[in-house]
Amino acid sequence: MAVDTYEVKAPAPDGEVRETARPRKVPLQVRLLQYRWLMLLLLPGVIYFVVFKYMPMYGVTLAFKDYVPVLGWSDSPWVGLKHFDRMFTSPDFPRVFWNTVVLAFLNVVIVFPMPIIVALMLNELRVTVLKRMIQTAIYIPHFLSWAIVASITFLLFAYGDGPLTLLVERLTGDTESILTDPAWFRPLIILQTLWKSVGWGTIIYLAALAGVDASLYEAARIDGATRMRQLWHVTLPAIRSTIIVMLILQSGTLLDTGFEQIYLMTNSLNRGVAEVLDTYTYYMGIEQGAFSYSTAVGLFKGVIGAVLIFGTNFLAKKFNQSTLF
Amino acid sequence: MSVHTSRSEKALDVTNALVLIALGLVTVVPFIFVIAGSFATESELTARPFFLWPEQFTTASYDFILSTDTFLRSLLVTVGVTVFGTLVQLLLTFTMAYPLSKRYLPGRTLILNLVVFTMVFTGGMIPTFLVVKSMGLLDSYWALILPLAISPFYLIIVKNFFQELPEELQQAAKVDGCSEIGVFFRIVLPLSKPVLATFALFYAVGIWNDFMSPLLYINDSSMWTLQMFVRQVTSSASLSNTLGQTNLDIVPPEQGVQFAVIVAATLPILILYPFLQKHFAKGILIGAVKG
Repeated sequence: MAVDTYEVKAPAPDGEVRETARPRKVPLQVRLLQYRWLMLLLLPGVIYFVVFKYMPMYGVTLAFKDYVPVLGWSDSPWVGLKHFDRMFTSPDFPRVFWNTVVLAFLNVVIVFPMPIIVALMLNELRVTVLKRMIQTAIYIPHFLSWAIVASITFLLFAYGDGPLTLLVERLTGDTESILTDPAWFRPLIILQTLWKSVGWGTIIYLAALAGVDASLYEAARIDGATRMRQLWHVTLPAIRSTIIVMLILQSGTLLDTGFEQIYLMTNSLNRGVAEVLDTYTYYMGIEQGAFSYSTAVGLFKGVIGAVLIFGTNFLAKKFNQSTLF
Repeated sequence: MSVHTSRSEKALDVTNALVLIALGLVTVVPFIFVIAGSFATESELTARPFFLWPEQFTTASYDFILSTDTFLRSLLVTVGVTVFGTLVQLLLTFTMAYPLSKRYLPGRTLILNLVVFTMVFTGGMIPTFLVVKSMGLLDSYWALILPLAISPFYLIIVKNFFQELPEELQQAAKVDGCSEIGVFFRIVLPLSKPVLATFALFYAVGIWNDFMSPLLYINDSSMWTLQMFVRQVTSSASLSNTLGQTNLDIVPPEQGVQFAVIVAATLPILILYPFLQKHFAKGILIGAVKG
């Protein structure tokens, strides 16, 4: 770094530098004036957060109002829990909620452990060249958009002549159109998610694995531990805290079943199992124009997400594990 | 390696390697299939359901999409929005992260907490849509840039990076009569070039791949980005309608075009891939270490 070439011995005995060390003595107005240039740099970002993050947060009050476009959202009349009543009595909502929960469950049970398993396998691979080649290959799909992933899926599973359609046909004798078959929707979604995210997900675990103290393995070997036992008693405990932090992060986005992915894979025939909270919000809000109702659905999802992230964090703290907050 | 590697452990090693190789192949084969298909003739695509190398090499599919207005227009739109949007995102993220990296800044903790809160709870799709709408940004390219201008995650990572920069250097510049803004642009940013590059890639890939924003905010199909275009081509039956075919003498290679648009829309990402892999991996780890 170029830092060394400047040979800064000590901060010059300048008044401003001293004050920055003990800011409490200076009254707020003076400090605001003193840091006016920093404040100016801060301003555009703060405006962004106010307009595009906090105004929508205030906008969730729409869930308790009847949105009238001419009146705008602050003057639209309050209606209490009307939209939540409608939501919980709607015939669609239980189905949509169930679809979301099933996908979230599959994501935790099938998708979440896979990067850990693959990272452990890569970690055991001693041929560095091979390891690097495999890593390069499995990282690629992370950078492809969902529109691309969905399009590739359409080609692979095309009705009649898609290579994987033919493979399925040969294995099961099933000539069903896979892309529109409701029974195939969840397997397809999970397959896509695995293809796109597993490789990339290994990075964080590989980094944790690289940090494991080599002398621990040595000690275990001297004690006669086989490779499997080393994996169980040294490697896994070493990455436990990483796994827990990732689990907390995942829990907050549990109900984010990936709007783009689901939207792109939904069609009129599989809608029954495909529709999740996100796409239902889009459909009711943007397509049907039921802004207040769909805001209520979105708020319901957002609150559950926040509860989940704080809840998991609380549990992790209680069991003395590493936490996020 | 341990001297007493038993036979069973060796077998385990080989199985492990084979499974991983299979995994790597499963990952790349679909993509090779699409690339091969994009260079194949229509008759080959009809006759052979699966191949990784075309028997007869042709660029007819590419010639066709390049002859249509829609593809070139959406490509131009996407490149423009990505380049300009990334600049806006970098500017906003870095200018906000710098003051937040100064521990003596009044109100710093409050702002940081408010930023972190947006990672836990958001207003959601519809309120955000209504904000964008009320600002008159529907059917405007700004709608693809501004709502995503700062990622709270990236902001925190950049802030942590700035905090690690040597304070002495910045103070020395101030003593020499440099203003805070001068320090930021002349000392701090030049020191942050690798981080700038990393986040430029992060943001650019994000905009390039974004499907939800154009879906929500852009109704006018002449303003579509590549992702919308690809989706339209691969999920619609009538190709010439979608593409707005200009030269009716050409028979569109219906199947080949589906392969070709996927490749064309991914090409820039594939070109950048070596950089992406290196920088992204680093970026994700900066974030991981600092939390």
